[in-house]
Amino acid sequence: MQDLRKIQNPYNSDKVIDACSIFGMMDTSGQRFSGAAIIKAIGNMRVRGNGLGGGFAVYGLYPDYAEYYAMHVMYLSREGKTETEAFLKEKFHLVDADEIKTRPLAAIKDPPLVWRYFLKVNRYQAGIQADDDFVVDRVMDINIKIRDSFVFSSGKDMGVFKGVGYPEEIGQYFRLEEYEGYLWTSHGRYPTNSRGWWGGAHPFNILDWTVVHNGEISSYGINRRYLEQYGYICTMETDTEVIAYAIDLLVRKHGLPVDTISQVFAAPFWDDIDRKPPVEQELLRALRQTYGSLLLNGPFTLIIAHAGEMIGLTDRIRLRPLTAATKGKVLFLSSEEAAIRTISPQLESVWIPVGGEPIAGSLKIPLNPPSPVSVVAAYKMDR
Amino acid sequence: MKTFIPSKFIVERDPARCIQCQVCVNQCSFAVNSYDAADNEVMADENNCVGCHRCVVFCPTNALNIRKNTLDYRENYNWRPEAIEDILKQAETGGMLLTGMGNDKGYKVYWDHILLNASQVTNPSIDPLREPMELVTYLGRKPDRVEIDPVTHTLKNAMPPQVKLNVPVMFSAMSYGAVSLNVQHSLARAATEAGTFWNTGEGGLHASLYPYGDHTIVQVASGRFGVHSKYLNAGQVVEIKIGQGAKPGIGGHLPGEKVTAEVSRTRMIPIGSDALSPAPQHDIYSIEDLAQLVYALKEATGYRKLISVKIAAVHNVAAIASGMVRAGADIIAIDGLRGSTGAAPKVIRDNVGIPIEMALAAVDARLRQENIRNQASLVIAGGIRNSGDIAKAIALGADAVYIGTAALIALGCTACQQCHTGKCAWGICTSDLALTKRINPEIGSRRLVNLLRGWAIELKDILGGMGINALESLRGNRLHLRGIGLSDNELKILGIRPVGD
Ligand code: SF4
Ligand code: SF4
Repeated sequence: MQDLRKIQNPYNSDKVIDACSIFGMMDTSGQRFSGAAIIKAIGNMRVRGNGLGGGFAVYGLYPDYAEYYAMHVMYLSREGKTETEAFLKEKFHLVDADEIKTRPLAAIKDPPLVWRYFLKVNRYQAGIQADDDFVVDRVMDINIKIRDSFVFSSGKDMGVFKGVGYPEEIGQYFRLEEYEGYLWTSHGRYPTNSRGWWGGAHPFNILDWTVVHNGEISSYGINRRYLEQYGYICTMETDTEVIAYAIDLLVRKHGLPVDTISQVFAAPFWDDIDRKPPVEQELLRALRQTYGSLLLNGPFTLIIAHAGEMIGLTDRIRLRPLTAATKGKVLFLSSEEAAIRTISPQLESVWIPVGGEPIAGSLKIPLNPPSPVSVVAAYKMDR
Repeated sequence: MKTFIPSKFIVERDPARCIQCQVCVNQCSFAVNSYDAADNEVMADENNCVGCHRCVVFCPTNALNIRKNTLDYRENYNWRPEAIEDILKQAETGGMLLTGMGNDKGYKVYWDHILLNASQVTNPSIDPLREPMELVTYLGRKPDRVEIDPVTHTLKNAMPPQVKLNVPVMFSAMSYGAVSLNVQHSLARAATEAGTFWNTGEGGLHASLYPYGDHTIVQVASGRFGVHSKYLNAGQVVEIKIGQGAKPGIGGHLPGEKVTAEVSRTRMIPIGSDALSPAPQHDIYSIEDLAQLVYALKEATGYRKLISVKIAAVHNVAAIASGMVRAGADIIAIDGLRGSTGAAPKVIRDNVGIPIEMALAAVDARLRQENIRNQASLVIAGGIRNSGDIAKAIALGADAVYIGTAALIALGCTACQQCHTGKCAWGICTSDLALTKRINPEIGSRRLVNLLRGWAIELKDILGGMGINALESLRGNRLHLRGIGLSDNELKILGIRPVGD
């Protein structure tokens, strides 16, 4: 039994406060590319972090194992590894396993062991539980019940790499330039009251959902109490954890379409709802009345990702920065425009989204690169 | 019998200022002031003075002052003046002691031991003058989840009925007969203008008040006074009154003298007859009976109205509230120890019930533990004094608050606790037509709207300071509260941390 709260939140604050840099890029045509670009981009925003956490999420990472759950697990001791592996072998069919390759760096101190497993749910063990539900519960088991073990990620064809250090250092440490994916997100952390531990870095993950987040949510107290009613145990005491659970509740448990996430997290103002067409009014009002306790209040920028989709969102009055940009079929989301220009000086469009408005890139609707003429027009309009 | 009870107040009249205009003589409904024509002098029979300040406020030359009669008894902590004088009163009357207003004892006011949070550095406070700030609150049962039609992308299941409040403050039940028609008109107009609700109390709805139905809560109490199908459908919410904070477990008694022709018509009882509300509702002896009444009222109102159930805060309030939610109540209204009354036995008012802060914290926590918090809105009452109390109540988990005393104070009440005498000098809690005309609904509603407006502005400042721009993000958000001067157990029940932690 390990108490993650004590590790993550040594001073037992209401919650762990942090600020940060975030970056996401997605090729909406599904073309995979290496992690070199995003390492460079997030490194450009070094001053937004303090070296106490950095991480990456990659989608389209394991095409050869796409049908299996890919689990990245961090171990602080050999005993933890032995126990976890015995547990995994009991609950799953182990398809493949290896230690994640790393590159020793002076900046990365006392790294834990990080292993990767490809798993298939043992139906005999799962009983009537659906695969996804079973995986979520077993991840909770490992995180809470097995000492010195923590699951970084557990989705299919994706993975999370994270740790204590600046994100560009974490990227080099995990040799991310050697991996390819069609969607990458990244995070550089600036915790104000936590000594930083590898599990506390972003992205935060459940199944194939990841969240990177910049902000401090003033509604945390009620968001958390609401989720606790549905059996979510907030062990990390961070805003990000609450956001990830809220997405899981809305999309997986309540079966709502992905675009309702922004209508709940950054619900339109009541006055704005009153101005919508009647049918839409009815829906937006019902969402806000029902999920008012999941409204995220206070400053935040989020990049949410899952298989085939990346969504950027700020709070309703945009108290934290977000810049969006496109080039060809690639969508960029970043705390700062400079980070985007570092890796792609020429952009077709760059804009600052309106507060509360989601910016989404999806494999289902690939970006339509404008013709050269309209590129110029769009560029002028934005400047 | 000669009374042994000394007068409570001294009426000081400055002879240099008094112009013998006799305004005080007319204004005092307790017959304290009188004019001696022979001596051209205004005098006072101080024994009757209740300290209501009506004469002071209306004296044109500021000649009057009302002072406490600080008559010293020999010091004795057990036999304090109140204990002695209560015995004297009973020895002289042989009756039970009646009183008005809410509990006036020095029990801990928990609001005064809770402090609010504000943003610094790590997140910005929000300026309500420059950014939108939302206080809108919808009361009513919320579904467990929203269902959306995947094809049309529209709402699949219509929401149960909801009522909208522009400010999370409603006017508590005060019945016609207990308060005057002019007071009810003031409340109804103010509720309509401010976008909130007033509550008829258990005395029916006077014909002239039907136009305010969209902002009305109609009450059904144990006496069933004035209850008929048009009445039930006149408002937006039907409230079943089980109990009242000032007198948990006790019924009501409107004396026959107050049952005038108009009151009689509205209450549907003969003129001059005593209106007795039994202690229990005689068709509710247990929780399944409550469920039957809830659904009987839903049937009677075509499932278009919300059904509220109001109880007094008593020891096992959390378990009771949970049963009420399961019985189908859309709103749980809880009235605490300091909730007011038009008349109650003093021994009950002073000794029965628990503070609303504790009841609220316990009920909200229990409903969440049982995962039924969404099934009913939680409205609390009992001693709310200002917007600070309201913010704390919302953060503890209330959806909205009821105010009774505060609304009456806005109309002039000075909490002199004489509501049961029917002589209210401010014309509020009386049916004496000479007195009720002291409340002008035009002015009364303006005073009430002003109060709500002032509180709304303050609430927005409080929210903005916390970095929150919608009330629902404060609701139940106990991390924004800290306790000061509270024991570990009190903190635990309130679900808050101590200051500095
Ligand atoms: S009006 Fe009120 S304060 Fe003035 S003398 Fe009469 S009872 Fe006393
Ligand atoms: S109202 Fe004032 S001035 Fe007039 S009689 Fe009374 S004390 Fe004198």
